[in-house]
This record gives sequence, C-alpha cells and structure tokens, in this order.
Amino acid sequence: MTAPRFSLRGVRKSFGDHLVLDGIDLEINVGEVVTLIGPSGSGKSTLLRCLNLLEPIDDGEILLDGVDISVPGIDPNPVRRRVGMVFQSYNLFPHMSVLDNVTLAPVRVLGQEHSVARERAGVLLERFGLADKAASYPDRLSGGQQQRVAIVRALALEPEILLLDEITSSLDPELVGEVLDVVRELKATGMTLVLATHEMGFARETSDTVCVLDGGRIIERGAPERVFSQPDSARARQFLERVIRSGRL
Amino acid sequence: MAVADGRRAAWEREKRRRSIAVAAASSLVVVAAIVALVPRMPRWDRVRASFFDGAQFRDSLPRLIDAFWLDVRIFLWCTPAIVALALLVAMARNSRSAALFPLRVISVAYTDVMRGVPIILWIYLIGFGVPGLGIARPWNSPLLWGSVAMVLTYSAYVAEVFRAGIESVHESQRAAARSLGLSHWQSMRHVVLPQAVRRVVPPLMNDMVSLQKDVALVSLIGPIEILRQAGVDKAKFANFTPYIAAAIVFLCVTIPLTRLTDWMIDRERRRTQGTRIG
Ligand SMILES: Nc1ncnc2c1ncn2[C@@H]1O[C@H](COP(=O)(O)OP(=O)(O)OP(=O)(O)O)[C@@H](O)[C@H]1O
Ligand SMILES: [Mg+2]
Repeated sequence: MTAPRFSLRGVRKSFGDHLVLDGIDLEINVGEVVTLIGPSGSGKSTLLRCLNLLEPIDDGEILLDGVDISVPGIDPNPVRRRVGMVFQSYNLFPHMSVLDNVTLAPVRVLGQEHSVARERAGVLLERFGLADKAASYPDRLSGGQQQRVAIVRALALEPEILLLDEITSSLDPELVGEVLDVVRELKATGMTLVLATHEMGFARETSDTVCVLDGGRIIERGAPERVFSQPDSARARQFLERVIRSGRL
Repeated sequence: MAVADGRRAAWEREKRRRSIAVAAASSLVVVAAIVALVPRMPRWDRVRASFFDGAQFRDSLPRLIDAFWLDVRIFLWCTPAIVALALLVAMARNSRSAALFPLRVISVAYTDVMRGVPIILWIYLIGFGVPGLGIARPWNSPLLWGSVAMVLTYSAYVAEVFRAGIESVHESQRAAARSLGLSHWQSMRHVVLPQAVRRVVPPLMNDMVSLQKDVALVSLIGPIEILRQAGVDKAKFANFTPYIAAAIVFLCVTIPLTRLTDWMIDRERRRTQGTRIG
C-alpha cells in the first residue's frame, strides 16, 4: 500500500467572507482518477486551483506524497512541475504559436534545449492530432483544438498529476468522445488525474472515484456506479435527479 | 483574392471604387474652397509675404535641416532610455510581494510628481539646476540635462501606458503561466509583457510622436536645434517663413512615423487574430 499522492485535511478557503471550500477531506491515490461534480459555484475549480497552489488555502493542509505543500511561503514551482493543470477556459497564450505555447515551460522551467523541446512537443502534438497546427496561433483554432493544445501544453512538463477543469464543456459530442479517449490513454500511463466536470456520462465512464461537491463540502463520494445509482445523501440525490431530468446523464 | 473571384469580389471592388470617388470629390471641394476664399481675406497679402516667402524658404531650409539633426539625435537617445525606465517603473508598480512595498510607493510617487508638473518646468529646473551645481565640463551641458529631463518626464507617462497594458492582460494568463511552473518574472517576461506591449503600441507610438515634437523644448535652455534655428532666422530676416519650413520638416518625420505605426498594428492583428468583422 503506497502513500496517497494527495491528502487533503480540513481544507478551507474563502474569498472575502464567502466561504468557498468548507473543510475538504480527500485522499487521492497514485494512478487514481477522481472526478469532482456538483452544482455551479460549488467550489470545483477553486479546489483544483488550490491543488496547483494557485490559491493559498486559509486552513487545513494539503500533502503531496506526504509532504505538506500548503505551508505559507513555500516555493510553489517544484510542486507545479509535478502537478499540471488544464483550465476551464484553456488560457492558451495568444501571442505565441501552438508550438511555442507547448515548449515555453520545458525550455524555461526544465531547461530543455529548444531543439529537444520542439521535438518532444512535435511528438505530443502528433499524438493528439495537432501536428499540422504547430505553427498556428491559438485564435485560429477551433475550441476542441485549443482544448487539446492546452492538454498537450500541460503534458509537455511530464507531470505526475494532471488537474483537468471542465475540459469537455465547450466541445461537441464527437469531440467529447475524443477527449475521453485522451483521458483513458493518460489513465493507462498511470497518471493521477483530478477532473471537474458537468458531464455525468464522462464522469461515470472515466472515474475511479466520484466526489459530489455542494457549498464547498464533499457531500458524497465513492465508485461512480454506486454514487450515480444510490447516493447516500439527500442533497446528492437531489442534485443527480435534477441532472438526470435535464438529460445530461 | 484570386481564390474566389465571384459576385462578392465584384461587389467589394464596386464599393471600394465608390468610396474612393466620394473621398476624392469631397477633398477637392474643401481644397477649392480654401484656395478661393483665403486670398480674399483683407490681410492675405501681408500674411503671404511674411509666412510664405519662397526665397526665404529656400534660404532657411538647409540650415533648419542641419539643426534638425540635433532633434533627431536627442530623440534617438531619449527613446530607448524612456522605454527602459518606463518598463522598470511599470513593473515596480505591478510587483506583488510585500517585500517590494517601498518600491511600489516610490514608483507611484515618481509618476505622480513627474506628471504633475509641466514638462517645460522640468526642463528648466533640471537643465539649469543640475549644471548650476558646478559639475565639471562635459557633464554640465544643458543638452545632457535637458535630455535627462525629457527622459524622466516622458518615462512617467509611458510607465502609465505600460501599466495599463500589463493590467489589461487577463489574470488567467498569469495563472496559466504560473501553473506551468514559471516564476513571477518569467511569467512577466514571456507571457504578460509581450501581450501588454503589443496592446499599448498605439498609445505608445502616439507618445513617441509627441516626444519627437517636444524635443524642440530643449532649445529653451540653449542647444540650437531646429526650433531655435528657425527663431534665429526669423529674427535676422524679420520673416516668419522659417517657422513654416520647420513645421514642414517636422511633418516629414511625424507623418511617416504615424503611418508606420498603423501598418505595424494592422499586421500584428492579422497575424494573431482571425478575420476582421467588416
Ligand atoms: N477569485 C475569486 N474571487 C472571489 N470569488 C471567487 C473567486 N473565484 C471563485 N469565486 C467564487 O467561489 C465560488 C466557487 O467557484 P468555483 O469556480 O470554484 O465554482 P465551480 O464549482 O468551479 O463552478 P462551475 O461549475 O460553474 O465552474 C463561486 O461562488 C465563485 O463566485
Ligand atoms: Mg469551475
């Protein structure tokens, strides 16, 4: 039994007097795929940002491989090298070509030679069907292509953990299937994945564990089959029924 | 548009032809009105003699162009200094760590004080004041300290332009850069600044065109540049034509500079963005 990759203990976070994360306890094992679902504003994105140290937490602790990374004043960069993040809105750098978007961090952060970084980026882009887009600028790409570039950019650092925020939210069903394949492929390589999503089908198919967030708390957690068919908490049941009624499952 | 030369291309050609015709016709009317009306003004003859004297123009122009080289040189050494100093001030003002608080205060005070006083006053104060301290020979030149005054004041304005540019880059860009493990300064250097600078090229170039003209203010503390040379000629020949000649020399530089700016902005937009909505 290896130590969990991430352990969150009593994580709290507020913006002003708005408590957004209200005591999150969560263990994420090596190679596990954990999906966060829950109503809009329940704190999914915020939780992912905390894991990447983009938001400092107010209370509690976050351990990465047993080491507390939530101590105030810690250097976040070594953590971020291991924990990649793909944003809800992609956040590609519009002034750089796709290739430069992907090689920026390997060159500047890992100190790779330009030629090496370019070669590796080429391989990754090829794998995600973007080989012919290397020289394009992000604004010229479709939403699905931008999404995949964002994933490739995060993967170029060869992270051990990847945080994926709503990566299917702006894709048509066919592309959702494509991204799903990508996620499965990443899972097969043994990468630890934490996803936030509104796509219940996606959550059900890819996850080992599903967590339902509501009002900054995890109100339900477990294997997707159980959570989706017989949730314990009344709130979770309510949320899932609403989702089912709206036809998203 | 060699690809699809169809109905739309023909329509666009027709539209362009029509708008050129309208523009040409209306300009012609305005010019004709000026040419017809201005000579009918009661004092036109006197104005023409003292402002538009052809012989005087030809006589002064070479001297003015010679003097203009000094303006160009001042401009050329001030510009890089302004851009560098302004970037430093803007970044200091944008720094986030608590340890850099004094730096933020200094940069705010700097921009407020420099922008709060007319540029002419700074030129007098620094250009006469510092050499007045009794500094030794090459370092007491009014040209040097006049330039320093230009750099210090313009940097304050340009720093504000850069700051606006930096703040216009969405926070999510910084988040993306930081999430990739880039440090604060690396994010600034590779992600935020390139976008910020591109966005502020238009106001920045406007400032540069102003600078190109304001350089003439340095003449107030001594150096014989074009404006002062025009003044000298005016006094000597009791004729204002040298000022017209000087204005034309300025236009020969500022107009191409402005056109170049527009062209650069346009090219940049085409490169990074999709088609423009007409
Ligand atoms: N930087 C911020 N400043 C203030 N409030 C914020 C900030 N970021 C998020 N919030 C608030 O925190 C709450 C949780 O936001 P979060 O983005 O984590 O929700 P979410 O679960 O990801 O929602 P969605 O499903 O719509 O993406 C929201 O009420 C939001 O308004
Ligand atoms: Mg979100």
